[in-house]
Amino acid sequence: MKAAAFSYRRAADPGEACAWLAAGQGLAKAVAGGQSLGPMLNLRLAQPSELIDLWGIGALREASESGDSVFLGALVTHAAIEDGRVPDPAGGFLQRVAARIAHRGVRNRGTLGGSLAHADPAADWVSTMRLLDATFLIHGPEGRREVASGEFMRAAFTTALGDADVLLGVRVPRFSLSARFGWFKFCRKVGDFAEAIGGVAVDPARGIRRAVIGATAGAPRLVADVAAVLAGDPAAIEAEVLAAGCDDPCEFQLHAAALRRAVAEVSAG
Amino acid sequence: MMPVRIQVNGATVDAEVEPRTHLADFLREQAGLTGTHLGCEHGVCGACTVELDGAPARSCIQFAVRCDGGAIRTIEGFEDDPLMRRLRAAFSAEHALQCGYCTPGMLITARDIVTRLPHLGGAEGEARIRSELAGNLCRCTGYQGIVRAIQRVLRQSPGGGDAA
Repeated sequence: MKAAAFSYRRAADPGEACAWLAAGQGLAKAVAGGQSLGPMLNLRLAQPSELIDLWGIGALREASESGDSVFLGALVTHAAIEDGRVPDPAGGFLQRVAARIAHRGVRNRGTLGGSLAHADPAADWVSTMRLLDATFLIHGPEGRREVASGEFMRAAFTTALGDADVLLGVRVPRFSLSARFGWFKFCRKVGDFAEAIGGVAVDPARGIRRAVIGATAGAPRLVADVAAVLAGDPAAIEAEVLAAGCDDPCEFQLHAAALRRAVAEVSAG
Repeated sequence: MMPVRIQVNGATVDAEVEPRTHLADFLREQAGLTGTHLGCEHGVCGACTVELDGAPARSCIQFAVRCDGGAIRTIEGFEDDPLMRRLRAAFSAEHALQCGYCTPGMLITARDIVTRLPHLGGAEGEARIRSELAGNLCRCTGYQGIVRAIQRVLRQSPGGGDAA
């Protein structure tokens, strides 16, 4: 359980990290909090030649508010969101999701951007950001660019980030005070990765009605027939779960139940 | 090898480390502090929990080179901490350990629970304490004693006496 040898550099800003990652020609790896990459290095599932440390880039730890959105820097930790130390564009929903990620010792170091870049389908943020339709800000060799929520995660552990790209953070649209959210995940034990995730966001003032199926074999899937799913139509829920690729009988039941429970949270009172 | 300067329990430690040396190995083998225990070495069991820059973190999935310039507090660094003294007494009184392997990590997590969530002393606080403890595995106690020990401390007055 010891990592294979790698060299190490600490980047001072995103440009430097990007240049070093480019020089690594695909063998260098950026690290933020290291709560996903650390285990993968110890298990030797990842064996980069070089680790480019982003943790010291203070600008990536910032969060800022504008009238219609909140920007959360990539290095904002799960614990900072849990504790309400950064603004929550969704009336406490992000806080609630963050509080159930892994364990406090992990949340103190694990970051929003690291989790998104890692893109484990069973993690919370990839599905949350899809549900909230966040925009991803990326610093790459050709400068800055933005990626829409539906374009970011492409498959399990696969994103729109290139080898030399650095995720700067996400811009999350602000929801109204009347918005309601449902979030349900099945975990074997508190803090484990989810086996199924169901999420719902309803904001009448903004005309938003969305539902997401997460912890699938790939990227989270937005529900197509939202009206039927929000009405609790069992056939519609089952069809959406099958469309998300969850056709194994056990997986199917878990995902259908997670989505039903998330819908129920929004419907109840 | 890379040079690092890390504050460990208030003292400055200068050392040369391989980038792949994780913080727990650094603490045990280079700083000579064997109170930090290694269980799973991939961030699941919580035995290696230390305070890193003031907050609990798993030292097995953090690399020592990344902690250059940072501050670590291991279980040894809590020797004279008043709250930890009360927790140690409560762990003893409530039989919150048997083999003791998970105990350093348990105590650091327990101290974080008591300071961050001081309202969990009542019967209704038990479920939340169990949830907060889920990242620290104990194979001996069944957690009963650990939960009782944390609640015993939460019910005490800050001075250490049992509240009426």
